[in-house]
Amino acid sequence: MKINSLLSIVLPFAVIPALILTKPSKSTQPVVADNAGLTVPPGFSANMIASNLGIARHIAVTPNNDIYVKLNHVKDGKGILLLHQSDGKAEVVGGFGNYGGTGMYIKDGYLYASSDEDVYRYKLNDKYEVIDPNSPEKIVADLLNRREHESKSIVLDNDGNVYVNVGAYSNSCQVNDREKGSMGRPGCPILDSAGGIWQFKADKLNQHYGDGVHYTKGLRNVVGLDWNQQLNQLFVMQHGRDQLHDLFPQYYSVHKSAIEPAECLYALKEGVNAGWPFIYYDQELHKKMVAPEYGGDGVKTVDDKYIDPTVAFPGHLAPDGLLFYTGNQFPEKYKNGAFIAFHGSWNRAPEPQAGYFVVFQPFKDGKPYGDWEVFADGFAGTAEQKASGRAEHRPCGLAQGPDGSLYVSDDTNGAIYKITYGK
Amino acid sequence: MLFSLCLKAQVKHKIIHRHYSLALSIANGKKVYMQTCVSCHQVDGGGVQNMNPPLIKTDYVLGDRTRLIKIVLNGFNENAEINGQTYSNNMPSHDFLTDKQIADVLTYVRNSFTNKAPAITMAQVKVVRAVNKKP
Repeated sequence: MKINSLLSIVLPFAVIPALILTKPSKSTQPVVADNAGLTVPPGFSANMIASNLGIARHIAVTPNNDIYVKLNHVKDGKGILLLHQSDGKAEVVGGFGNYGGTGMYIKDGYLYASSDEDVYRYKLNDKYEVIDPNSPEKIVADLLNRREHESKSIVLDNDGNVYVNVGAYSNSCQVNDREKGSMGRPGCPILDSAGGIWQFKADKLNQHYGDGVHYTKGLRNVVGLDWNQQLNQLFVMQHGRDQLHDLFPQYYSVHKSAIEPAECLYALKEGVNAGWPFIYYDQELHKKMVAPEYGGDGVKTVDDKYIDPTVAFPGHLAPDGLLFYTGNQFPEKYKNGAFIAFHGSWNRAPEPQAGYFVVFQPFKDGKPYGDWEVFADGFAGTAEQKASGRAEHRPCGLAQGPDGSLYVSDDTNGAIYKITYGK
Repeated sequence: MLFSLCLKAQVKHKIIHRHYSLALSIANGKKVYMQTCVSCHQVDGGGVQNMNPPLIKTDYVLGDRTRLIKIVLNGFNENAEINGQTYSNNMPSHDFLTDKQIADVLTYVRNSFTNKAPAITMAQVKVVRAVNKKP
């Protein structure tokens, strides 16, 4: 009751910054009360099925509705939690893995998990329980972790390969990271071992960089990624660079810097280059721009040396989860479209922070179809909590249940949300 | 009688002057903060979870002045734990700020966001800068 009345006061205000910030969405989102503090489209409902789990990063749901949660920091000696659902709640029934990290994925009878340096897998039994939680197979070892952009997100294709993000340990490959006016390192040597996606064999032990394929270059940092089953292709969400105004105020206003560069959805193929740190994508001009560290001035554009994004979103919203929906529970328009969990911004200050929502980008015949729209909002809490960045919850991981329900993890208060349609 | 009145007035003047200086330094420091620090440490000094450390109720801000001044001069890229949390973004050197700007902004930070700690003076910054060696 308390939450209901609070929401009716807060939500009209909460919507305003989202409208100013983003392209207006075509569908209007009426306020639906009592959805665990979230607004969702008509016919959908949201429930918080777990909370206080820890820093809940990516999640995976088994065919029998159990949930594996990867924690960023080990809690009570456990870096992976197993949750069992009953009566609309998910209870922790087990835990293992003495390492923090982000990646969590289930494929062909194995649970895959990543620390900030390694990738592991655990064989599952016919109930999708980990058979030997203390002895995972380490399949990838010793990836770079130099603090910045340290998480290693993972996803698998249908041909026995695992794809791993290695984020760049830098904002824009400056000689001095994040120092005002510092220019870019020639050729950006970081790119030999970070700032891209690597492909490894899912069943081979102890692979290092040299054993894998340097699949894609020029991606600053990817947290949300998914294998598009319809196109049989890897899609990733890049976290765009920070601090255009702080570092090059002569070219960028505070406002320009708050909305640029775009957070980009890319469709990848082996060998392509997305252009970081040499370029960024301007979501208003719809152009690839030369980065100021490499001779850009906010006006100079780049031609077709680097791939174009599939969809460009407003800057700094921090896409941490990507999921192509293949379920049958949601209405037809959601089929094969992309859900993206935006963790929420920090680099818009002093302008109000934004994001902290899950958006939906419709797809048709493998291409984006129409504008993206806010699907689930309200994770941050009040309008003030959102604007200040002091969010109560931040969406991070996405997973689809066997019945087509959508699960969202929150890495601030350790909640798991379950979003369903027509129930 | 006259002498003691004079002394009183002098002391009063000194106190007023000191308060004025602190207020002015905080006001000037806020300007520096809003131009240089706010994007990472945020308007409320609370930083950003996992990325940029908070400036609130931490020994790094309230404790040793020399260490604090050095962080501004040299930047900070250690794997430090602050109140049980870790932060991954690199802080660059801010040695382009003047002694006065550094004194003001640190005085602002030490007297904002519920912090309460003595001011940092230009003279203190000057001394630290003179002997500073970049790591």
